[in-house]
Amino acid sequence: MSALKIKKGSTSHSAYNLRPTFSDEPETHTLAVLVDNEPGVLARVIGLFAGRGYNIDSLTVAEVDHTGHTSRITVVTTGTPQVIEQIKAQLGRIVPVHEVHDLTVEGASVERELALFKVSGTGDKRVEALRLADIFRANAVDSTLESFVFELTGTPSKIDAFADLMRPLGLVEVARTGVAALSRGAQ
Amino acid sequence: MTRQMTGAKMVVQALKDQGVDTVFGYPGGAVLPIYDEIFQQNDIRHILVRHEQGAVHAAEGYARSTGKVGVALVTSGPGATNAVTGLTDALLDSIPILVLTGQVPTFMIGSDAFQEADTVGITRPCTKHNWLAKDTDTLAETLHQAFHVAQSGRPGPVLVDIPKDVQFANGTYTEPKKADTTIYQPQTKGDIEAINELVEAIAIAERPVFYTGGGVINSGPQASKLLRELVEATGFPITSTLMGLGAYPASGENWLGMLGMHGLYEANMAMHDCDLMINIGARFDDRITGLISAFSPNSIKAHIDIDPSSINKVIKADIPIVGDVESVLTDLLKVFKAQGKRTNKGAVAKWQGQIAEWRKINCLAFTQEGKTIKPQHALARLEALTKEHDRYITTEVGQHQMWAAQYLGFEDPNRWMTSGGLGTMGYGFPASIGVQMAHPESLVINVAGEASWLMNMQEMGTAVQFRLPVKQFILNNERLGMVRQWQELLHGERYSHSWSEALPDFVKLAEAFGAKGILCSDPDDLDDAIMEMITYDGPVIFDCLVEKHENCFPMIPSGKPHNEMLLGEANTQGVIQSGGAVMV
Repeated sequence: MSALKIKKGSTSHSAYNLRPTFSDEPETHTLAVLVDNEPGVLARVIGLFAGRGYNIDSLTVAEVDHTGHTSRITVVTTGTPQVIEQIKAQLGRIVPVHEVHDLTVEGASVERELALFKVSGTGDKRVEALRLADIFRANAVDSTLESFVFELTGTPSKIDAFADLMRPLGLVEVARTGVAALSRGAQ
Repeated sequence: MTRQMTGAKMVVQALKDQGVDTVFGYPGGAVLPIYDEIFQQNDIRHILVRHEQGAVHAAEGYARSTGKVGVALVTSGPGATNAVTGLTDALLDSIPILVLTGQVPTFMIGSDAFQEADTVGITRPCTKHNWLAKDTDTLAETLHQAFHVAQSGRPGPVLVDIPKDVQFANGTYTEPKKADTTIYQPQTKGDIEAINELVEAIAIAERPVFYTGGGVINSGPQASKLLRELVEATGFPITSTLMGLGAYPASGENWLGMLGMHGLYEANMAMHDCDLMINIGARFDDRITGLISAFSPNSIKAHIDIDPSSINKVIKADIPIVGDVESVLTDLLKVFKAQGKRTNKGAVAKWQGQIAEWRKINCLAFTQEGKTIKPQHALARLEALTKEHDRYITTEVGQHQMWAAQYLGFEDPNRWMTSGGLGTMGYGFPASIGVQMAHPESLVINVAGEASWLMNMQEMGTAVQFRLPVKQFILNNERLGMVRQWQELLHGERYSHSWSEALPDFVKLAEAFGAKGILCSDPDDLDDAIMEMITYDGPVIFDCLVEKHENCFPMIPSGKPHNEMLLGEANTQGVIQSGGAVMV
């Protein structure tokens, strides 16, 4: 159809912000899903991911508006662009889902995660752990003569980096909250 | 004015206020209060089925043939789990139904009580939405919301699970008008710039084709009317999925016939070679696309669908239009007419010439000879003898279903009820009961295979009890025909468990239920036997003994593109390679 001026994959006038062409490379996206805080709503969302074979890298959920009974689910997922678009469309179909935002493509955003690290050790290792915690601005929220529990907030990569450093120093256990994220700016 | 009533009474009141006249159901402990209310009124007719699966399929048949929401009422536990197949069927075919389930009292939920099941949990993935009604005061609003969700946007099944104590308790009734439906408001109006883009594509396309689906029928009769107007105005050829048959009349001059795995040669070739594909309310199902990487390689694809998740799910759309078919076609026709109904007439005439060449293959040709009835012949005769009737057709699933789609012609929407997406054997008989309830004076025929039909044969009791003159037209080959066909093509003719050695005598079976049975095995008797079936005022089981090893053609083997169809018996061995064999 050479006479047609429409470029294959053109979606410039479409209701959807689809990229002109889909690549097959997997991408990691952070989605913010605003839902009615009603029984079973989390099961609907994660059931969608399980039932259709999508990945969940991280998931956080809590009520954010008590009067409006609205919860915010932040889910980090990995897939090809076509799969990511499909995930967003499928989420949008769930009746108690009000809004789906892809923070990865809708402008800049901030992402933070909180983690607790239990590190046990004595002597030099214990001193080194404390020194590194200071560099990372982690707080010691519990300590015994052989252990610390550090609290650290930051991007997932910062938390990964801290965990890597603590491992040889006696890391016993890690608890992570998963990612919370917001878009930057006034809106 | 606030009205106080029990939860059970609310259920009946809400159904009345929503215009429901028929409920298909089966009583049990957890719905007894609702049944007590049904007993004390005459506005809503309750049809007692013989198995809850039958209730849901009957509700589907009712819904598909009327455009209204079909309603089923079942008890907790096994009642609810038996409804799961019907719910899934309605989800895949976008049929608006409401299933009401009883539940153990709220204070016993979670205690593994008698006939307790986590109904909302089990049915979450097979409903469009579901609710556990924990409070009588909000029950009526929930029911109205359920009707709203079932029929708005892309229709689908919804379920409301009602604990027994909520049915007994008193509460305030909410009128339908006062129910909050802002919870779900899908987009119905298509983006006008995309519609303009499509009109531009229509103007210059050289080899266009309309590819329509069940969405046209779900959108309502006006959508079918607009589709016909658009097809006549453009002169473009049109094909349809299994679910969309009847939206455009089979007698229409631009009709190509059904497309897909067992679709017509000319339809599939047109899909493969087109330069503009206009998908209206279809979803690029795998029965349609065949090998995706070779699907219609040189076309611009426009996709009109009310469900945003259908767009780019399987096939990338070049012109995506999210909206209701009726609304989008209204706008499309407006723009198309305003711009002088521009099409590339010369090129389209050449394209129609090419299609005429493909038609000459006559891919549905068969030869009826000898003393054995060919299934195609049985359907061709059924078509000839019933097409002038006010007729509704349902089907089971398998070869007979595909032959029915090929050899029966549908002139109007809502006349063809079949299980497309889920492929549920056992769908057709209860669906025919639902259709007959909605259209008591019409001729309702279930085209069946004997194996599918046996899956819900208990519904003979329902048909006889409610004097529903449904005609069960069974093409009996004593085989699971489609399974047998695949075993022949794919598994070295090793017919593993695809035949039945212990079939009932269907005439005696009919008589045992108090219905009429007709046996026909001779082609010479066929017309008289069909006429006897049609004229008999009551349910009939028509046992049509047909050729046992007939295969259904044309066929696109799994893993093949549209232009590599098998047209007949010749050289079918080894056509499906290992890559295709893993697909269903």
